[in-house]
Amino acid sequence: MDLARTEVAPRRSRKESATRIGLMALPVAFFAVFFAYPVAAIVARGLKIDGVWRFGRIGEVLAQSDIRHVLWFTTWQALASTALTLLIALPGAYVFARFDFRGKQVLRAVVTVPFVLPTVVVGTAFLALVGRGGLLDQLWGVRLDTTVWAILLAHVFFNYAVVVRTVGGLWSQLDPRQEEAARMLGASRFAAWRKVTLPALSPAVAAAALMVFLFTFTSFGVVQILGGPTFSTLEVEIYRQTSEIFDLATAAVLTIVQFVAVGAILAVHAWTVRRRETALRLVAPEVTVRRPRGAGQWALLGGVLASILVLLVLPLGVLVQRSLDVPGGYGFAYYKALTSADSGIFLVAPIAAIGNSLEYALAATAIAVVIGGLAAAALTRRTGRLVRGFDALLMLPLGVSAVTVGFGFLIALDEPPLDLRSSWILVPLAQALVGVPFVVRTMLPVLRAVDGRLREAAAVLGASPWRVWREVDLPMVRRALLIAAGFAFAVSLGEFGATVFIARPDNPTLPVAVARLLGRAGDLNYGQAMALSTILMVVCAVALLLLERIRTDRTGEF
Amino acid sequence: MTKRTTTAIVIGLGLVTLSACGSSDSGGAGDSKTVTLVSHDSWAVSKSVLQDFEKQSGYKVRVLKDGDAGQAVNKAILTKDNPQGDVFFGVDNTLLSRALDNGLFQSYEAKGSDQIVQQYRIDQDKHRVTPIDSGDICVNYDKAYFSKHKLAPPTSFDDLIKPAYKNLLVTENASTSSPGLGFLLGTAAKYGDDGWQDYWKKLRANGVKVVDGWEQAYNDEFSGSAGGKKAKADRPLVVSYASSPPAEVIYADPKPKTAPTGVASGTCFRQVEYAGLLNNAKNTKGGKALLDFLISVEFQDDMPLNMFVYPVRETARVPEEFVKFGPQAEHPETLAPAKIADNRDQWVKSWTSLVLK
Repeated sequence: MDLARTEVAPRRSRKESATRIGLMALPVAFFAVFFAYPVAAIVARGLKIDGVWRFGRIGEVLAQSDIRHVLWFTTWQALASTALTLLIALPGAYVFARFDFRGKQVLRAVVTVPFVLPTVVVGTAFLALVGRGGLLDQLWGVRLDTTVWAILLAHVFFNYAVVVRTVGGLWSQLDPRQEEAARMLGASRFAAWRKVTLPALSPAVAAAALMVFLFTFTSFGVVQILGGPTFSTLEVEIYRQTSEIFDLATAAVLTIVQFVAVGAILAVHAWTVRRRETALRLVAPEVTVRRPRGAGQWALLGGVLASILVLLVLPLGVLVQRSLDVPGGYGFAYYKALTSADSGIFLVAPIAAIGNSLEYALAATAIAVVIGGLAAAALTRRTGRLVRGFDALLMLPLGVSAVTVGFGFLIALDEPPLDLRSSWILVPLAQALVGVPFVVRTMLPVLRAVDGRLREAAAVLGASPWRVWREVDLPMVRRALLIAAGFAFAVSLGEFGATVFIARPDNPTLPVAVARLLGRAGDLNYGQAMALSTILMVVCAVALLLLERIRTDRTGEF
Repeated sequence: MTKRTTTAIVIGLGLVTLSACGSSDSGGAGDSKTVTLVSHDSWAVSKSVLQDFEKQSGYKVRVLKDGDAGQAVNKAILTKDNPQGDVFFGVDNTLLSRALDNGLFQSYEAKGSDQIVQQYRIDQDKHRVTPIDSGDICVNYDKAYFSKHKLAPPTSFDDLIKPAYKNLLVTENASTSSPGLGFLLGTAAKYGDDGWQDYWKKLRANGVKVVDGWEQAYNDEFSGSAGGKKAKADRPLVVSYASSPPAEVIYADPKPKTAPTGVASGTCFRQVEYAGLLNNAKNTKGGKALLDFLISVEFQDDMPLNMFVYPVRETARVPEEFVKFGPQAEHPETLAPAKIADNRDQWVKSWTSLVLK
């Protein structure tokens, strides 16, 4: 504590907290209006009968043994999926962060592709891996469909990119010289990694684990399609109570249960991460990558590539193969069929769905990046309970049933000035709800790793907070921001629930069009669905590649 | 400085949102020249037919799709005080009582109601709903499999529990899938309140496979479909629709002379879909015109090849492929909507513990 700092401290901290409140205003308003209010409205509708709150319903529902069974299964499959995903994807994160190999950029885009595919299609693709006559069946006579293993593996397939992007983003910027210094001082390779790199990475690993847990905790299609109807998660149960049985009271109780469970996980996460985030030496990712050296590193690279090949590329390849597999050989007949609008399913040629999808995805990404970026900037300095609560609030949408939010939108946002029920903007807004947490989780570990003294130095030299952020934080966080934006884009491109709910028939998005084609008998429909899925994958991969090539004019500022 | 920056950001974002709202078509709701149809995902109509209606009536039609059939009905009930549109299409006989009991619709007798097949007319004293289409949920079979194995395909519910058809049938989860529910209701109608559970025990013993939804049953498990052939599926019997074999012919290139799949005509449950004028509709006049249009000859003729359902208007044309490959069952199973409403949840619950546990 030198004299100069103590003198400027009071004035600056006031300014700082004002800045932080200002930064938080927009994200808080966004979540209040588009998440908290709709969800509260639908829960109240379920529990408030003739103006009286019926909290007794909570006890009644929880007393049912099958509900408890569902809760138990939901939790343990999510924990198991998270553990398995980390186990398989962390080596991948390392390889992507530290090794330079041909095709790396393309592969990084490819591992994100699963995120954009409708679950119905993924189910089809995955059966080719774990089902009858699938790869595992041919190799070892193993069939995993309708077992919990199929669910877990599919969750790895979906969430591989979450780990690679969240952890890899930070890992690629860690200064390898710190680990080298530890080695020089006599630490073994493993000890150096455990004492130096692992602590530095742990916030990002925890963030990735949290994201994967929330995604798998609210898993719906994967569980239904690959696990079979004998498995049921909370999300499935909420869907049934809301859409089939129309028992809003039970659905409301289950939503509250979901909230409590997700809240508990968020609390655990906050508690474990709080002590671990420290300032790190960050360097430009270009500096840290190199060609693999020695047998061990080549083996690691080979192992990771093999796991990606089997778990991710093979199921995706099945879809491509089926899109070309026309009666009497191979060809592009299904793709040609996509350009005509003669089938009554669409008022436009299915191919036109590409443009619609991109429009929604760009809008949703812009919203998610602005809201998420502001939130991350506000959360950079962890002070006070208020800020921590805000952090948890931002994560909640990932842990709440999409059906609940959808129904909530309907009854909450139905009056001017917020009658958005049939407005175009509702779709990107709903998609951004999922994108924002990802933006925050990707950026925060990096932002918090920025050495505070850099900011102080800039401030002492007379820079405004905005300027400090632009000159100090932004260059460091640029990469994380792009990674996050890519993810928000993929989430939106593949998002299905909100889009179905609002997409006008003459304006289907790609996933909606795929689902509609699959929902109808006939060879041409099936083939077109496969062709359109392939196009969806390509659009996603190309968009991510382009996005990751964006270079702001501030490169090399590290 | 900080305040100014934040304000700038907020204003900037506000402008983005506003301009996005401005470019949306939400302004069309509630004016007297626009009529809004609320429906489920399967709604489809030819562009030219819809344009004809718009030209003749002077109304512009907006369509909102609210998810699957169950979701769409529940959303309509939830928002009945401030509805999303004027007309709701797509409430079927399995959900009709729920919609009527919740006061979803107002009375209106559509022009041409007297042309509707007698057996579908319902609610004759109040006319809250108008039948629009019908369809049969039936077991489909893979012709190639049965001719290869020199086995006659099943024709009735009773056949399905015979040893000859062991491990051949795949059906859908009755608690989340509408054909799955239809098949369950068919057995309940056929064997009565006490008999259907016994039937399902035998069906289970005979190796029926239950998967989540129609897409999976048909495209991944059924050996007679395009997807099934590619995935080397091994179930030649699937619970689907009477209109699926016609679709297999229409959506094939080149078109085959006969359908690759057939319908087991004694396993059908009849579904009827209704439309009605929503209570509190903002544009009742336009809504009435739209309802008239839904049972007009033009729409009824156009509907089968768009939604793969049968028209309810006696004089409407049925496509040749439907007549040839997916005729409606002579004696489908049916249940009164009120009976379905009273028993549905209990039946699905019993079915779940009987078949899935």
